[in-house]
Amino acid sequence: MSKPIHDPLSKKLDEESRIEVKNTTCYMCACRCGIRVTLRDGEIRFIEGNPDHPINKGVICAKGSSGILKQYSPARLTKPLLRKLGSDRGDNDFEEISWDRAFEIMEERLGHLRATDPKKFALFTGRDQMQALTGMFAKQFGTPNYAAHGGFCSVNMAAGMIYTIGGSFWEFGGPDLERAKLFVMIGTAEDHHSNPLKVELSKFKRRGGKFISINPVRTGYSAIADEWIPIKPGTDGALLLALTNEIIRQGLYDREFLVQYSNAAELVNLDENSSEYGMFVRTDAPVEEGCFDPQNKLWWDRESDRPIATHTPGADPYFLGKFKLDDGMPVKPSFQLLVDRVKEYTADWASSITGIPAETIKRLAHEMGITARDEKIELPIPWTDTWGNEHETVTGNPVAFHAMRGLAAHSNGFQTIRALSILMSILGTIDRPGGFRHKAPFPRPIPPCAKPPNDPRAVQPNTPLDGMPLGWPEDPDDLFVNDDGSPVRIDKAFSWEYPLSVHGLMHNVITNAWRGDPYRIDTLLIFMANMAWNSSMNTSEVRKMLNDKDEDGEYKIPFLIVADAFESETVAFADLVLPDTSYLERHDCMSMLDRPISEFDGPVDAVRIPVLPPTGDSKPFQEVIIELGSRLKLPTFTNADGSRKFRDYPDFVINYEAAPGIGFLAGWRGKGGEKFMKGEPNPRQWEMYEKNNCVFHYELPKSYQYMRNWNQGYLEWSKRHALTRYVEPINIHIYSEVLQKFRLAAQGKSDGKQPPDHLRKRVESHFDPLPFYSQPLEAELSDLHKYPLNAITQRPMAMYHSWDSQNPWLRQIHTYNYLNVNAKTAREAGIEDGGWMWVESMHGKVRCLCRHSEAVEPGTVWTWNAIGKASGAWGLDGDANEAKQGFLLNHLINEELPPSADGDHLSNSDPVTGQAGWYDVRVRIYPAADDEPKVSSPQFDTLHPVPGQMVGNNPGRWLKYFAGRKKH
Amino acid sequence: MTQLALVIDLNVCVGCHACVTSCKEWNTSGTAGPMSDMNPYGEDPTGTFFNRVQTFEVGIFPNTETVHFPKSCLHCEDPPCVPVCPTGASYKRESDGIVLVDSEKCIGCNYCSWACPYGARELDENQKIMKKCTLCVDRIYDESIPEKERKPACVNACPTNARLFGDINDPNSEVSLAIREQGGYKLMPEWGTQPANHYLPRRKTRITIHEDELIRADNPLKKERKLPMPDADDPTLDETTSW
Repeated sequence: MSKPIHDPLSKKLDEESRIEVKNTTCYMCACRCGIRVTLRDGEIRFIEGNPDHPINKGVICAKGSSGILKQYSPARLTKPLLRKLGSDRGDNDFEEISWDRAFEIMEERLGHLRATDPKKFALFTGRDQMQALTGMFAKQFGTPNYAAHGGFCSVNMAAGMIYTIGGSFWEFGGPDLERAKLFVMIGTAEDHHSNPLKVELSKFKRRGGKFISINPVRTGYSAIADEWIPIKPGTDGALLLALTNEIIRQGLYDREFLVQYSNAAELVNLDENSSEYGMFVRTDAPVEEGCFDPQNKLWWDRESDRPIATHTPGADPYFLGKFKLDDGMPVKPSFQLLVDRVKEYTADWASSITGIPAETIKRLAHEMGITARDEKIELPIPWTDTWGNEHETVTGNPVAFHAMRGLAAHSNGFQTIRALSILMSILGTIDRPGGFRHKAPFPRPIPPCAKPPNDPRAVQPNTPLDGMPLGWPEDPDDLFVNDDGSPVRIDKAFSWEYPLSVHGLMHNVITNAWRGDPYRIDTLLIFMANMAWNSSMNTSEVRKMLNDKDEDGEYKIPFLIVADAFESETVAFADLVLPDTSYLERHDCMSMLDRPISEFDGPVDAVRIPVLPPTGDSKPFQEVIIELGSRLKLPTFTNADGSRKFRDYPDFVINYEAAPGIGFLAGWRGKGGEKFMKGEPNPRQWEMYEKNNCVFHYELPKSYQYMRNWNQGYLEWSKRHALTRYVEPINIHIYSEVLQKFRLAAQGKSDGKQPPDHLRKRVESHFDPLPFYSQPLEAELSDLHKYPLNAITQRPMAMYHSWDSQNPWLRQIHTYNYLNVNAKTAREAGIEDGGWMWVESMHGKVRCLCRHSEAVEPGTVWTWNAIGKASGAWGLDGDANEAKQGFLLNHLINEELPPSADGDHLSNSDPVTGQAGWYDVRVRIYPAADDEPKVSSPQFDTLHPVPGQMVGNNPGRWLKYFAGRKKH
Repeated sequence: MTQLALVIDLNVCVGCHACVTSCKEWNTSGTAGPMSDMNPYGEDPTGTFFNRVQTFEVGIFPNTETVHFPKSCLHCEDPPCVPVCPTGASYKRESDGIVLVDSEKCIGCNYCSWACPYGARELDENQKIMKKCTLCVDRIYDESIPEKERKPACVNACPTNARLFGDINDPNSEVSLAIREQGGYKLMPEWGTQPANHYLPRRKTRITIHEDELIRADNPLKKERKLPMPDADDPTLDETTSW
């Protein structure tokens, strides 16, 4: 064999080039992994995981390692654009303008709105990793009309769990797979916390843990589950309540845990004549005011057979039974009420609803209960609880869960997730090893302290909003309604239609604004949300609404500003386009005030620093906010003498204090960077982050790492470091008094705000202090014989929580989407594998390609969401597969429910939280006719590029990416 | 004799494609690059990848298994792609067993891709030469890379650590241990290629419940006076015997 001519080990390339290496943070999804970026001659040569970063420890996913082609995409916008006079929205007809002009336009228009009626300015952001800044801007501006994408995505997961245990899945908490022995993943495809979950899941399996996946579909993670349990969409609540029934029946619940750390044994007033019916009995013990659960409730003591104050040393309460107080008031412990509730939710009952065999449900309950009870972990970590008891060890019951959108995106999702949280609690797994563990800044009080305004007078010209733009109602009086009970916000959040809509309802903004219900707005500013495409339900109609005009020729939504890095379907509808930078071109924070990336063992926050200069005239949206805020002279951005306070975003991050000592970044505070969490601004804070892998990680002392809801040491630490205000225990709400308050208001039994009459029944039935199972609202209003199938979507691993069809490498993995149909179901409908078909709901229909699958339960069809694109969007050619074969299921889903007794225009959402009920839609399928065109339907006119778009990045037929000047 | 190889653990691969694109980005700007893509923004994009993940289903619902299956050149010990090459471009290194393509000699005749039973050889449609996995030979000996990271890009990237790397002829290496202890198997052994890459099979973990684990003395329901007691009037030994 002769010696090779080409030397594969040659380093000539690098030796003759300028090599730079910088660390920053990825942006594709909600993981926020640390990345190391290598540049060769100023071009990206390699993006890898940073081995020294606590979140990903060197690993990286498909999206992160494809960042190169995100950066150099031909869809990149580089110039501010103004829609040409005489053109229509959607025509994509723009002229370039300068940033000065763009700011002038915004300053004039928004300044006028601020001075007259601030709520006519609505700011909605898709990406929700900048809420600390955008939310603060909205509040300072004085508009209540602000939210990120949570209501549209998975607010039920946040609310359902936070109103029960004071924390949730996501970056706020998760399964402790390091110690768990049984891991149950339910309603999860590929989701938040993806890389760290992958790392932990692999180790968990290798250690011999059992992994169960409960999901209508078997893809992604579920592929490596030891057991896949198919389930009908929207029925998880039935399963969870049946599991609870069986666990209680067998006595497999952790009694000790529930006694001390939950309200399970607390006595509930059952006097039907009382206006406090269904509330906990309160003693006369004096209590401070504050957002925490005062400790003035009662147990019924087993020894003395009398009522006694909770947590009295030596007391041991009954969980079951009915009792009478001295004054004759009938009472029951809330656990008895839970037992009463779940009594009818047997495994047999749940089996007929979920499609899961009754024996499997019982076996699952036994596996969970017995593993939790018999495989207890004792860690030699001493800790002290909030009642002063010293514990020598931390106990764990090693059963862990993870759940996400499959549970949340249904109109019954809130109750389902309450049921899950209660199941996790009765198994004794909250903030314990091997179970669920919080991540800072959680746990928070139930509910957390921040409240939205509760009075329309909170909105005043030239005045910051009197309250937080988003918050956690605890009482009907916290609702943001007018005197007649009608909503103040454009999306009707925090109104009687969706009282606990803690993340807003982005999916209804355009429709409500178009209809003028509750009122018309003037300007809608959309950041990083594709609301004329996949970030909307009822996409085709929403696009028409954006373009709809009054008789006088004015648009019904007069002014539309879109900020994005890429030319998208929504950019085409804008009046003013603001080009954002890519993630590699900007400063950014993953802040404790927003959605940090904390670990179980302590708070973590991180930054991005620019690796490359901005492309063209693109400007980081954060800079736009700072500039706009300064020009509008919003108080935060303005000195007392009227001069501008912050030079730019990095300056703002260092010097802005939300409260004395508290800024966006927790690390290296204090004059010399010697403090953390709370401290004076440090002028060199950015440099210190940069030197430390762009991340700050504080490891709590071990005795503060567990049982934090009730951990004296942790709560005091948390108060001293300004994470929380109170040191009171955060007892788990098995029984939710918060919900009961709303029920009492609906029944007319309360003194405060009450719902309008037409909503009383809806509020009364859904605000149940204990979880219950009901069909999704859309199903109740659908003809289930005509539309017997469920349709759901998920994002694929290689594009999870990011949108990558503009990326040539990633789009080769998912070039277009099929509708995946169980093979038997498809054959019965006469549809071939690979054949064209129609999928139709009562709202619309779509033509698409069929893929037969055995990995989906027969009553469900599913597809990857947001693979389908409008022709020409994102710098793709007009005949790209994403447009011709790809499709959106969104066309079948309506943002409003059909008219019913409760209302004509209720959002297609959970009546408790306003969570968009994406997966409630019911469909039927049938083959397309042979003579139909072989393209997906609907089709849209091809978008052409806009001025300033980096079309030069499209090399045409061949892309041969090679970093650096010296090509070989 | 050293034989470097990858061992791919199908028990933990979740099909995330990290290996696919980290390989692409490493190699497209490396000495084997660029790795071209045809119609990158157009209809039917197709490009050169050294590693691909295929996901397939096994069985009929509800007994369906979904398998994520990454595949790249298996660096066979008896590689059929080498003897068929007319120019000698296809060669196996003696020092470490990596099979490579000498890009200066390759004429893109495709003969090797016919010979390879695994479909591991791709013609780069733009450069018109054959390209394949190099086991990141330009990373594993590069002393400017920290020692812990001197591994193929795909191995470092993989979030589930499903890709193990090492010398399968060293009985103490991580890869040899995995093959030995976890039933590592060769792909299509009937072709006689002696592939160096191995796969670790799926394994199921089950929980066994014994009946008596449901009946316990410390059942918390007992504290609720739940388990029935006999009536006060029922006879007991107390009344019927004086011992």
